Amino acid sequence: MSRLNKIFSQISKQEKRIALYCAIAFAIIATLPLFDQGFYLSISVNIVMYIVLCTAWSLFSGPTHYISLATAAFYGIGTYVVAIGIKDIPYPVLLVMAAIVSGGIAGIVGLATLRLSGVYFVVFTLGLSELIRQIVTWVQTNFSGSSGLYVFTDIREMHVFWQLLGLAVIVYIVGWLINRSRLGFAMQIIGNDETVAKHLGINTAISKILLFMISGAIIGVVGAIMAPRFSYVTPPSAFNPIISFQVVIMALLGGTKRLWGPLLGVIPFTILFDQVGVYFPDQTSIVIGVAFMAIVYLLPNGVLGLIETIKQKFTSSTKKEDPT
Amino acid sequence: MSFIINGLLLGGTYALIAVGLTLQYGVARIMNLANGENLVFACFMAFWLYTAFAINPILGIVIIAPMAFVINWLIYSYAMRPLVNRSKTSGQLEVNSILATFGLLFILKGLMKFSFGGGYFTYNYLAEGISIFGHNYGLNRVVAFIAAAVIAGTLYLFLNYTRYGTAIRAVAVNPTSASLVAINVPRASAFAFALGGALTAASGALLSSFYTFHADMGMDFTMKALVIVIMAGVGDVRGAVLAALMLGLTETAIATFVDPGLTAAGTYGLFILVLLFRPQGIFGRSNS
Repeated sequence: MSRLNKIFSQISKQEKRIALYCAIAFAIIATLPLFDQGFYLSISVNIVMYIVLCTAWSLFSGPTHYISLATAAFYGIGTYVVAIGIKDIPYPVLLVMAAIVSGGIAGIVGLATLRLSGVYFVVFTLGLSELIRQIVTWVQTNFSGSSGLYVFTDIREMHVFWQLLGLAVIVYIVGWLINRSRLGFAMQIIGNDETVAKHLGINTAISKILLFMISGAIIGVVGAIMAPRFSYVTPPSAFNPIISFQVVIMALLGGTKRLWGPLLGVIPFTILFDQVGVYFPDQTSIVIGVAFMAIVYLLPNGVLGLIETIKQKFTSSTKKEDPT
Repeated sequence: MSFIINGLLLGGTYALIAVGLTLQYGVARIMNLANGENLVFACFMAFWLYTAFAINPILGIVIIAPMAFVINWLIYSYAMRPLVNRSKTSGQLEVNSILATFGLLFILKGLMKFSFGGGYFTYNYLAEGISIFGHNYGLNRVVAFIAAAVIAGTLYLFLNYTRYGTAIRAVAVNPTSASLVAINVPRASAFAFALGGALTAASGALLSSFYTFHADMGMDFTMKALVIVIMAGVGDVRGAVLAALMLGLTETAIATFVDPGLTAAGTYGLFILVLLFRPQGIFGRSNS
């Protein structure tokens, strides 16, 4: 408790004000299902889902520059935890279980790959969802004799929306806490120069694995929350690799240097992908490809980086004018 | 024991893809995740040449490989070189090239789906049996294996016994030192990238003669090639051939004895074992 008190005593007035504004904003957004239960609610569920996924992704991949494509794997694990347990175990317990299982698998993957260079990590995470999908399919067809699982609950779209919104609040608080903790400070140093970090006595491997587990656990919970929306869960729908790529695109286009950076990528891109999916369903692949190209060649630091350089130019030009 | 020969025959084609990727990553330092799309594109070209002009896929390589060489040279010069110049560290280059080639991957896949559709393609070339040690194998598989072996052998001779091949190996070892001994590193990198692309395209042409292909399968082959390259140790051509044969054997063994649906799981299982116990590759030497 004393540590908690210490954290609260360190919160500045400005931060308290920001927290208040955010709380008001979240409260207003939470009233959305009262006004619309159709298209706008449905796309808002997607937006909030990607906000949580991308922010959780950036918690780990932002400072470390490791590009994780394991999102689909953790998401699918979360979905399957709910799909398997929904008949026997209370739903809130399943959400906790989803976090534990996804976080645990993230830990194992981290142990195997995070000591190594970036490419191995990308390749392995890319394969992870495929690996788990194949094993789940094999187990299902050989031992249960069906190709999917039904998820029947009383949970409706608006409940999914509220749960995701609540999770978004948790993710932002967790991210904020990490940023001001020893772990967050260690990650900043690791991100700048891993050799320096090692010489400072930071256990780089453990720090990275810990952060990857937190990120994986959150993504697992998202999958668990989304499970009732599927109603029939099959391996290809739960472990859909495109989710991994979309998360990378949205997070990087937004910018990962600030906690709210991914937000700038998620909102336009969820709407764009939705429209493309409706009007040009066969061209989603090209849109994803062009988005990747844009990240590399036009917006290497995302929209966030663009805003910050414009801001910097503006302030430096006004400063130059001051002496004259 | 027919699975051993089947596995080796499959591994022969994998070897060419992996050697292509190891040249691109080991020499040009570009992790080209769009390499599988390159392969699929070659499959479609071979299909088109065979069905429209009755040019068989082995002969088709003479057209497809130089074409892939030129296209990959252009990709390197216009898309990858700016990244090489911009990135201050090798880590940055790695991240940038991964993202850029992901872009390339999705664009190429989208274009192929747009032009050829999402269906499965196959054609009949030498679809007759040949008996080896009392078992029957597809003649097209055997021919593809022999062609792959000839191409890989030629590459090996080129890299080890010619002046330019030695220069390319020097760049693979250390680009900075290579430029000190008057090797044109940017040109050697572009050449290696283009050559890697041509090899992958050649293996695509061979693969199409016995394999049912579709526009979506590029990523699977990139993954296989990556696992092989990492198993072998980056830049190691001989190791890549051996690792490819091992992967072919493992996949065929799993498909024969366990379940055909678990072949990719086997690939990754092998990959995890290598990462855990020999991260520098089975045949690689440790860096320190």
